[in-house]
Amino acid sequence: MEAVEVSHIVKSFADKVVVSDLSFSVGQGEIFGLIGPNGAGKTTTIRMMMDIIRPDSGDVTILGEKLSEATKNKLGYLPEERGLYRKLRVLDSIVYLASLKGVDRYSAEERANELLKQTGMLPHKTKKIEELSRGMGQIIQFIVSVVHDPELVVLDEPFAGLDPVNRDLLKGMLSNLRNQRKAVILSTHQMNEIEELCDRILMIDHGRSVLYGNLAEIKATYRSNSVLLEAEGELGEVPGVSAIRAHKDYVELLLDENTTPKQVLEHLVSRGTTINRFEVATPPLNEVFLKVVGKSHE
Amino acid sequence: MTLIVPVLALILIGVVQLVSGTAGPTTEAMTIGYVDQIGGFQQHSTQGNITLVRYDTPNDATAALIKGDVSEYFVIPSDYVATGMVNLYTLQRQLAPSTTVAAVISNFLTDNLLAGKVPAETIARIETPPNLVSIRLTETGAIAPEQGGYGNLIIPFVFGILLALSIIVSSTYLLQGLGDEKENRLIEILLSSVSPRQLLTGKVLGIGAAGLVQVLFWVVSAPLLLSLASSSIGGLISTIQLPASFVVLAVVYFVLGYSLFAVISAAIGAISSGSREGQQLIGIFTIPMLIPLWFTSLLIFEPGNPAWIFFTIFPLSSPVEVIMRLGVSVIPVWQLAVSIGVLVLTIVGTLLLTTRIFRVYLLMYGKRPGIGEVLRNLRAG
Repeated sequence: MEAVEVSHIVKSFADKVVVSDLSFSVGQGEIFGLIGPNGAGKTTTIRMMMDIIRPDSGDVTILGEKLSEATKNKLGYLPEERGLYRKLRVLDSIVYLASLKGVDRYSAEERANELLKQTGMLPHKTKKIEELSRGMGQIIQFIVSVVHDPELVVLDEPFAGLDPVNRDLLKGMLSNLRNQRKAVILSTHQMNEIEELCDRILMIDHGRSVLYGNLAEIKATYRSNSVLLEAEGELGEVPGVSAIRAHKDYVELLLDENTTPKQVLEHLVSRGTTINRFEVATPPLNEVFLKVVGKSHE
Repeated sequence: MTLIVPVLALILIGVVQLVSGTAGPTTEAMTIGYVDQIGGFQQHSTQGNITLVRYDTPNDATAALIKGDVSEYFVIPSDYVATGMVNLYTLQRQLAPSTTVAAVISNFLTDNLLAGKVPAETIARIETPPNLVSIRLTETGAIAPEQGGYGNLIIPFVFGILLALSIIVSSTYLLQGLGDEKENRLIEILLSSVSPRQLLTGKVLGIGAAGLVQVLFWVVSAPLLLSLASSSIGGLISTIQLPASFVVLAVVYFVLGYSLFAVISAAIGAISSGSREGQQLIGIFTIPMLIPLWFTSLLIFEPGNPAWIFFTIFPLSSPVEVIMRLGVSVIPVWQLAVSIGVLVLTIVGTLLLTTRIFRVYLLMYGKRPGIGEVLRNLRAG
């Protein structure tokens, strides 16, 4: 069963259609990337999944159940612009927000302590939120979004403002969630994080789905026919290569339409060239993003 | 505020006791001049601490006044018996002659006019008018347990003012809280955990419960403070009673008043872009609540005016109005029933309407919707 199933949701504000007939699903144990330019309708889509606003039409189901007050306890949310009660202490904040998700005080405290320990935040648990640094506040906010053991966690720009250590820590915790068969939706503009963590993505623009599916397949579709090569010695003429672009440590061979990377490799091996690296060039997601969004904005 | 009020009262009692222990008699010796243009006003020239000195002409008296021999002087004109006019001359700028001086002059004139014609006892009675004590009877003719009197104004008026203050403080608090939750986006986490109705009801119940705790605390501490105050200060304070009906109604109106303003604040908090703008909007609603306080003196002297019935029933003013009216007169049961009914209906109605717009506007940051848009959403919600 899919963890989240979004089918044909539509939302408009004051005659402006913000999300238009959007459908996608996220499986259990999957980290799913939700990307799109500013104002594409990502936050509205997330809010509909979090039951903060209702779609004008269409359905959202969580583990086969239609979204309602009863399913709210299965949702965890880390909003993009965030804050907690500034005067409240760390542990009290987590326990209070967990209690709103139907967790009893004892279990909430136990789980909060466990998560604080995991993130190295245990020494700060009696501090007030306003005494924490921005990155620490963010870690607490992340704990709030998972303390009640939700089935679906939506994280909006979770890495913004984190130092490399905390970034790694958070990535580790996301992997843990995946291992626990939770569905995680990651919305961010950091394409490298998406490439690193997500198997599948949805790209929306103007409230519509423009790219949806397996990340590797999507990138393959947008591949230009070229290979990256790091070889010793002079390369010379290679048949089927229409141009050579030199980079710092390697060269990019642009192949003509009738040549495959395999043919080029065979030719190089037969010539006895020492090859240190041979890689079929896939465009970074960033490039795909610019291509797709750029096209629709022309 | 819950604790501050009884503590302040306690301090006040202490201060009064301290001051009354050290202060001496207040009326000091004084000399007043007079010019007698009728003749015969010579006896009884000593009245308590004040001595009256006769001068032949106004010029002599003026000279004495300027010299400082007398603090003021008056002229009894030859047609005094016919007109009753007496002019008082003084160097001080005053709104009206002091009551002590007026009484002394009046008694001096009466004493001299009636001397020898009327027995001294009668003169004394004329100078001291009857002491009118009103006693309220029940319908069976027995003396009623609750008597009137100015002492009874104090507690209701104090409670009325405290209720108004507490409502302003608590609605500000709620607006501020909601504004903060909107500004730091915590509202999104809250709404992904509970429904807008639950959130709204929780806020209203929370503030309502705070009102209940506060009023219960005051109601319990009031008799203790009163007994302390009446034993040390006495006078008017010892006549204050705290009838059970007042206590019950005070609790009811505190809770209802708090709840009504909590719902209104929540609605305003939802549609206004920040807490400061909310403060301005809530003013529209707190002003009617304060109206009973503005008309306090009218209420005391005209307790039977039908205008009070309107303020008793109008939901924004009724909490403060009812509590204050309880000190002045008995409010008919039907008025109380209608007033509480209207108040409860207003709270429920506002709550239902607010839920409709709560979800939409809580997520709208940075811009305030126009009235037309709010009305449209009320219908659509």
